Amino acid sequence: MSILLNADNKVLVQGITGREGSFHAQQMREMGTQVVGGVVPGRGGSEHEGVPVFNTVAEAVHETGADATGIFVPAPFAADAILEAAACGITLIACITEGIPIQDMIRVKDFLRAYPEARLLGPNCPGLLTPGVGKIGIIPQRFSSPGPVGIVARSGTLTYETMAALTDAGMGQSTIVGIGGDPVNGMAFVDVIAMFERDPATTHLAIIGEIGGSDEERAAELLGRGSRLKSVAFISGRTAPEGKRMGHAGAIVSGNRGTAKSKEEAFRSAGVAVAETTDQIVELLTKA
Amino acid sequence: MKLLEYQAKEVLASLGIEIPAGRVAHTPEEAESACRELGPVAVKAQVPVGGRGKAGGIAVVETPEAAHAAAQRIIGMDIKGFKVPLVYCETALEIAREVYLGFTVDRDARANILMLSARGGMDIEQVAEEAPEAIARLYPNPWRGPLDFELTQLVFESGLGEHARALTAVIKKLYRAIPDFDALTAEINPLVITEEGKVIAGDAKLETDENADFRHRDLVEQYGAILETDELEAEAKRRRLTYVSLDGEIGIIGNGAGLCMGTLDLVQRAGGKAANFCDIGGGARAEVVQNAMDVIIMNPRVKGILINVFGGITRGDEVARGLVQARDNLQLKLPLVVRLSGTNQEEGREILKQNGIEPGTSAWEAAQKIVAMAQ
Repeated sequence: MSILLNADNKVLVQGITGREGSFHAQQMREMGTQVVGGVVPGRGGSEHEGVPVFNTVAEAVHETGADATGIFVPAPFAADAILEAAACGITLIACITEGIPIQDMIRVKDFLRAYPEARLLGPNCPGLLTPGVGKIGIIPQRFSSPGPVGIVARSGTLTYETMAALTDAGMGQSTIVGIGGDPVNGMAFVDVIAMFERDPATTHLAIIGEIGGSDEERAAELLGRGSRLKSVAFISGRTAPEGKRMGHAGAIVSGNRGTAKSKEEAFRSAGVAVAETTDQIVELLTKA
Repeated sequence: MKLLEYQAKEVLASLGIEIPAGRVAHTPEEAESACRELGPVAVKAQVPVGGRGKAGGIAVVETPEAAHAAAQRIIGMDIKGFKVPLVYCETALEIAREVYLGFTVDRDARANILMLSARGGMDIEQVAEEAPEAIARLYPNPWRGPLDFELTQLVFESGLGEHARALTAVIKKLYRAIPDFDALTAEINPLVITEEGKVIAGDAKLETDENADFRHRDLVEQYGAILETDELEAEAKRRRLTYVSLDGEIGIIGNGAGLCMGTLDLVQRAGGKAANFCDIGGGARAEVVQNAMDVIIMNPRVKGILINVFGGITRGDEVARGLVQARDNLQLKLPLVVRLSGTNQEEGREILKQNGIEPGTSAWEAAQKIVAMAQ
């Protein structure tokens, strides 16, 4: 079992002819993911390394029955690619692209309310991977192994580091989910944690957060209300200098939340173990 | 991009919001002639950070001579780590009432939030804490912007109903900074209501989204250069690197913001201090790695470099090739520790080994190694 992604998902790659899209579509296929098509406007009717290319997501869905997508298109066009996927009935959207303007994402979030079935990971995320089943995005499968640990993370590279250390320690993963490091993103920690909570194959949980926003605090509240998962949290950026603030608007909205300290305290008071280094995540999980 | 006050006011003026008469002065002489032209003025330090009044960066002067002296004192002054590049000389307003108007991105709501309060002025954060109901809030629809009746509600809710017509007009104009300039935060505090009922921006703060710079080339060209007070950050920006100067001695290169921040944490844990944050991001190529190293060694405080790359989208062999090339091109003499894993890691580590760079396996071990070598 796993969450979000299973062997039946038919996956598109938006931007499959680009350098990254092309490389990672290949990696996704090597892992056994059903990559049923690519979408590149103007390249419809061609094939890219054996994958049929369509001009639009609508066309691709009609021809292939795709229900999931990985987005690799350049930042200026990526928000529109998300809207297109949602509007065409895609229910799992992993947006890998980084550097999307925040106002574009605020409009995307509003648009997605009309498509409650559509789940968005990212942007600026590595996507997701279910060991032994498949992946959408760029998480390197060689470091993963099947097992009981769910991982949900804001940072891509720290995710790889953690899964590699877990695999080395003999602890496999159920699903690894990147939610992205941008201030305005799709699924939040709480959304993913709630799914892990319902997944019988997941018994342990690693939460990899970052300074900024209060998604980690909300996750801590959720876990504090009762959870069957053995959880460990890690917050990156405890020594990062505070941003040089100019106005008050940010403080009015977020108060004191958002610091590494606030997040770590929230997890501790919810009974979640807090790791100080990525190596400790594994240590604490094996003990849990 | 965090704009300076005069730049933010120019943008507000372009949106049709009234601002006080003012002149930019790069020298005491320019401040003197601004005062001669405008009469009594406030000479204000231009820095992209709050609290300049308390730091002595604002002087109210009556005469051109006094303006000269004030500008001489303020230009070049250090305010919270920013060297004041210039001052803005602005006429004083006859204030009947000061209110607070602003918007920002509410990360939890994943939306823009507009805020209006009758209790404007210095203590707005205290108001937010003690009497949050004194700040009226609106989440405008991001596709169509705020509707007239929503703004009217906002104004009446804040207790400023008697100025509804003038205020709704100003809020509407300020909101345009979102669709027109990709603003993330804007703040007018105080927003001054004069005896005649005119609404004027007493101060202005504006931050735009650098991810959207491609849509606002003109704004970046007009205002970008003067905001770069840190030479290394400016140089890194020219090379399209994500780089922040810090005050330690270990140069850091990493891929991904989380990993990079985590590397800073590890260096501190190992007893060292990072000289910078440099995220080479996904898809880093040889030239990017070389650019990053090049900028880092421009910093004379750097005693060693730690490179931490765990590749998903970044391929280890490319990173390794870039590293070797960069080290050779730059004739690097400083201690260098490299932690490389991920996609094509074996190829990458092999390339490093062949070229005399020992690759580390764990980030914690690598951090301890570089801190010891830099001592």
